[in-house]
Amino acid sequence: MNLPAAVQRHPIAVPQLHDYLEQSAQRLPDKIALVCQQRRVTYADLDRDGNRFAHALVRVGVSRGDRVVVFGENSIETAIAFWGVLKASAIVSIISPLTRPDKLAHMLRDCGASVLVSESHLARVFTEAAAQAPSLRATVVSGPLGKVDLPALPGPISWDDALDLSETGPPPRRNTDIDLATIIYTSGSTGDPKGIMLSHRNMLTAAASISTYLGNVEDDVVLCGLPLSFDYGLYQMIMAFRMGARLILERSFAYPAQILNTLVRERVTGFPGVPTVFAMLAELKNLSDYDFSSVRYVTNTAAALSMKHIDFIRQTFASARVFSMYGLTECKRCTYLPPEDIDRKPLSVGIAIPNTELWLVDDQDRRVGPDQTGQLVIRGATVMVGYWGKPEATARKLRPGPLPGELVLYTGDLCRLDQDGYLYFVGRMDEVIKSRGEKVAPEEVERALMKIPGVREAGVVGVPDPVLGQAIKAFVILDQGADVTEQAIRLACQARLEPFMVPKHVVFVTALPRTTNGKIARAELS
Amino acid sequence: MGTESIFRTFITANFYVADPAALADDDSLLDAGIIDSTGVLDLIGFIEQQFGVTVADDDLVPENLDSIARLVAFVERKLPATA
Repeated sequence: MNLPAAVQRHPIAVPQLHDYLEQSAQRLPDKIALVCQQRRVTYADLDRDGNRFAHALVRVGVSRGDRVVVFGENSIETAIAFWGVLKASAIVSIISPLTRPDKLAHMLRDCGASVLVSESHLARVFTEAAAQAPSLRATVVSGPLGKVDLPALPGPISWDDALDLSETGPPPRRNTDIDLATIIYTSGSTGDPKGIMLSHRNMLTAAASISTYLGNVEDDVVLCGLPLSFDYGLYQMIMAFRMGARLILERSFAYPAQILNTLVRERVTGFPGVPTVFAMLAELKNLSDYDFSSVRYVTNTAAALSMKHIDFIRQTFASARVFSMYGLTECKRCTYLPPEDIDRKPLSVGIAIPNTELWLVDDQDRRVGPDQTGQLVIRGATVMVGYWGKPEATARKLRPGPLPGELVLYTGDLCRLDQDGYLYFVGRMDEVIKSRGEKVAPEEVERALMKIPGVREAGVVGVPDPVLGQAIKAFVILDQGADVTEQAIRLACQARLEPFMVPKHVVFVTALPRTTNGKIARAELS
Repeated sequence: MGTESIFRTFITANFYVADPAALADDDSLLDAGIIDSTGVLDLIGFIEQQFGVTVADDDLVPENLDSIARLVAFVERKLPATA
């Protein structure tokens, strides 16, 4: 993308995403905005460091519309980098720190990233990936640099050098609100990660809509243990800063006792989770020792909560309203179930979020009536701009809508509406597995399995799992005489795949069911 | 086999460790990308089974579990003095 510079010379007419941070910093400079691993950062400091980071990007030649990849943990540096890229009128993509080198390299090449921002303890992964990404002009690395092979990186800069500037204000604004703010990578059905392009307007609209039904206020304290690379995690930060609220950023949900202590200590009011998180918490025995009376709302998305876990949440967080939500990154969110309806319609994913419209269509694109299953279509300002560099995939999802020239999102999800207009999720039209709230394309796991010496064929499906939602089950055919154990297969997968993609179950078989055109008939595997 | 070797063997056999020789006793398992939330549950199952100790909910903090050295110290605190 090569846009001419469009410097705005007037006051802000329509905000862009980073105005949330700038406006809260002007209004509440001394308030603690972000708490992460014992560090507490004020709005003024966060905004100033975001400005300094933006200038560092401009200095290495980043211009309007360039892509900057942030390969990082939930950390203060990742947060600063996110806002800094936006302030530089560039496009930010946060990539999960669990990503393996080949996939990171694929993403860097896919979006033609000009700068990579990361943390020194991830050096082994990003050094290998950066070597395969010729578009990179600079690499910014935070943390102790002792073990980092800086000369092996394109344009290496330490985090401290990047920020060590006399600049305090932001660089000139060069975007409008229809320009891209982020690219969020997600696994598609074909297994190739697709970059979902979201404009400032997409994200401003989604944040305003969600904050409105959650009833977010300035006094909210939101605990986010979900990765910022995941839109659900990222929006916790965006929505908190929109209100001038406080974000408590945890590295992960790996240590439940630490999360619970933080909830109590910081007087957290908002607690977003996914079913796996609630399933883990439900295993703990001493929850009654904690005082969770500050928690005002609990949210769930990624997969439906079981009745057992809804009851668990309501007992544990007695003062909280429970929001069941559903959506896909392509439009951020489709629906939420108003907490007062959860007893009446516990299995429903609810109603369209504010300022979004939905309907269902059959195979011939005709609207279907109540209690009939059809593909969900979403219309609204949150619908993505498209998939980066993938016009065919974009055209399959974004199709003409009711108004001339407009596009609406064909989600690929099968749903039905009841007589009251409440939505129920039925299944995915493709076969993407949802494990731990993460999307896993069976083909991607199968490809990794097939690369293991001794493996001839592999078929992968999701099977119900009480903790993971779906667990990954692999059916493997070995070469004649091959001596490969289940453990060896799992280890080989761990080397190639993110942890949530590694099969939990491995079964050795002598044949796989096939469809007439030779594809694996996954529906027949279980 | 000493406690340190028991943990090292379990971790390198069950999780992806790019370079086992480079894994220091005090390296963070989370930082090194070796263990995530599901991994922690596997680790706890292993500790309870291998050492016959009960891991309480309060014990599920990185101070106890996030490096080989911390795991060794944790298990030694948990085990009866005679062991």
